[in-house]
Amino acid sequence: MGTFPRHRLAAVALAAAGALLVTSGCSSDDAGDGKITLTVDVFGQFGYEQLYQEYMDANPDVKIVERGTGGNLDEYSPKLTQWLAAGKGAGDVVAIEEGLMVEYKANPDNFVNLLDHGAAELKGNFLEWKWNQGLTADGQKLIGLGTDVGGMAMCYRTDLFAKAGLPTDREEVSKLWPTWEDYIAVGEKFKAANTGASFLDAATNTFNTIVLQTAGNAQGYHYYDTSDNLVVDSNPAVKQAWDITMNIIDAGLSGKYGSWSEEWVSAFKQSKFATIACPAWMTGVIEGNAGPEAKGKWDIARVPGDGGNWGGSHLAVPRQSKHQDEAIKLVKFLTSPQGHIGAFKAKGPLPSSPQALDDAAITDATNAYFSDAPVGKIFGAGAKTLKPVYMGPKNQAVRTEVENAVRTVELGQRSPDQGWQDAVANAKKAAAK
Amino acid sequence: MALQLDARPPAAPASGRSRPTRTGRLSRIDTKYSPYLYIAPFFVVFAIFGAWPLAYTLWVSLHDWDLLGSNPTFVGADNYTRLLADGDFWHSVVNTLGIFVISTVPQLLLALWLANLLNRQLRFRTGWRMAVLIPNVTSTAAVAIVFGVLFGREFGMINWALDLVGVDPIGWKSDRFASWVAISAMVDWRWTGYNALIFLAAMQAIPRDMYEAAAIDGANRARQFWSVTVPLLKPTIIFCVIISTIGGLQLFTEPRLFHSGTNAIRGGPLRESQTLTMYMFENAFAPYYNFGYGSAVAWLLFALIAIVAAINVLIIRRLGAGARPQVGQRKGGSR
Repeated sequence: MGTFPRHRLAAVALAAAGALLVTSGCSSDDAGDGKITLTVDVFGQFGYEQLYQEYMDANPDVKIVERGTGGNLDEYSPKLTQWLAAGKGAGDVVAIEEGLMVEYKANPDNFVNLLDHGAAELKGNFLEWKWNQGLTADGQKLIGLGTDVGGMAMCYRTDLFAKAGLPTDREEVSKLWPTWEDYIAVGEKFKAANTGASFLDAATNTFNTIVLQTAGNAQGYHYYDTSDNLVVDSNPAVKQAWDITMNIIDAGLSGKYGSWSEEWVSAFKQSKFATIACPAWMTGVIEGNAGPEAKGKWDIARVPGDGGNWGGSHLAVPRQSKHQDEAIKLVKFLTSPQGHIGAFKAKGPLPSSPQALDDAAITDATNAYFSDAPVGKIFGAGAKTLKPVYMGPKNQAVRTEVENAVRTVELGQRSPDQGWQDAVANAKKAAAK
Repeated sequence: MALQLDARPPAAPASGRSRPTRTGRLSRIDTKYSPYLYIAPFFVVFAIFGAWPLAYTLWVSLHDWDLLGSNPTFVGADNYTRLLADGDFWHSVVNTLGIFVISTVPQLLLALWLANLLNRQLRFRTGWRMAVLIPNVTSTAAVAIVFGVLFGREFGMINWALDLVGVDPIGWKSDRFASWVAISAMVDWRWTGYNALIFLAAMQAIPRDMYEAAAIDGANRARQFWSVTVPLLKPTIIFCVIISTIGGLQLFTEPRLFHSGTNAIRGGPLRESQTLTMYMFENAFAPYYNFGYGSAVAWLLFALIAIVAAINVLIIRRLGAGARPQVGQRKGGSR
């Protein structure tokens, strides 16, 4: 070493130190205080804050961090897939939406098999179809335990209804629209009153509601049949929903606010539409978007048509988690009947646990934001008899194409016929990709 | 740190020694190999984050590769043949080139003009020069989101202003050409000042006496600009054009965040402003998760950039060719 120029030595040492700094900057998994940090990845509003606190109080060695609250499913699901593919980055507990469940189930080894961890005894805690959604086709692996289901209703603005000379009481409003045709008729009345607001937010949301309803009431599948054949063009339930939606667009009832866009959020804030198809979890979204100033101006009526289920999720534990046992414990806690009730009280997602649905905490629940609507009764009544819709392998991609075709018609870029041809052709292309 | 140290002269071995000592040998080795050591970090980092991903992407593109699947199957050039027959792919190529042209051409011309203005004797010169760079230091995401709101169909300020002068609202996000213009405006807002400063730096390196000589020959300001400034800026212009080409053809953040809500990665209901990188993302990630196909898009993008860059250089060479010899002679004469 002797005369090795000192400044060069220093340079090498500095470079080495720099490299070390870069590499050590990445990993700080656990808090310094000896606690285990469990990260929970969600989208939208799961309403778990209070439950986390309870859990942390009972387990002082665990710290829970939630990521993605309020986010959009479209942004969440590619991130989750990347984390899983990279083998790094996913939380210890991740939410999986039902439309994407099939894709994740196709590679079940990314997740801990909850059946290996005593989940089998929890089966009675869930609606049967909800339980089965988390189960692989061979029934050997359970990758997720159910959180909520998306029982359907129609949320509406009482102030705008009053302005248009329509009834505002939720019982009377429910009586206005036993069918979607009646809904359109009410919409036309509303439109004629020139309130400055449109009748509904976006035809895509309404279409998705209708198609899940028509499919649930018919064969129980929409884009794919239960043998995973693409049936967009041959399934009458899809075409029926398409046609109803075209009538809605035709009547000029849609505000054309692209769902989940910034414009859509602005439209909530500026009271630009009067009704929105409203799965139970949507109540939390409405409250978040419309803000406290619209409190008491919203109410909830029954959905036109009959029943239907849109959305709902599961919680899973990725195999890459370093704290699998603790994560599984947390999942079991959050998906217990008590967990379902806690989430419902906080943000409104409807339990998928029959025990929770029967609990007075749900059946007697009201929502102050929605003019004290008895949300427990409205959403809970049909929950146990919900007719789920089967989701095939490329469900998300196909749904995207069909909804997108609705959007092009809504914006006047395509005629209904052209739109339908696009929907079918693009859905086939998407399914083949 | 490295720059500072490199700037010092290497410790040369003392001359006139009778026999090489251990210290001398070490010094020689040091002199000979240390420079490589100092530049090594760049090449090591490039190999890890540049060359390797490039090669790996090529490997992936030859497979049917589901992002989550565990067993990719080798399919040869299948992804490429499918891609070349894919209408949506070509649609995104046209979008990318369209946005590239209507953003880059005005951008560089405007930058040149701005640089020329800033090169004059102005009051608060430094202030003006700094001001043109401000858009560049704002976050792209913030810019894209703000522009996305400005260009909103119903609540956007641009349509509101158009309404004031009696123009019908424009569907900035669902009309192909309008969305190109909106995105180009965003790109130009951000990058014009940056290019202007690069041009300005190059302009300041042009010797004053050349302008004096031109003035004596009777050239007015405009003539001086086109016959002295522009030809001498040629290397800089080529640099800016290539950098803009690479950036323009890889445009992602601006068009992606310009659209919001469900399925923004399509760039509009009919893919009005979906660029190549967005198409790549759509295929490699949500909603298709077809990693092989996405990788094939990435490689074709690479090819496209190479082709467009080559065409650019040719055009610039041609444009400058007329004035060059004259300037070259002068340059040679003055040294």
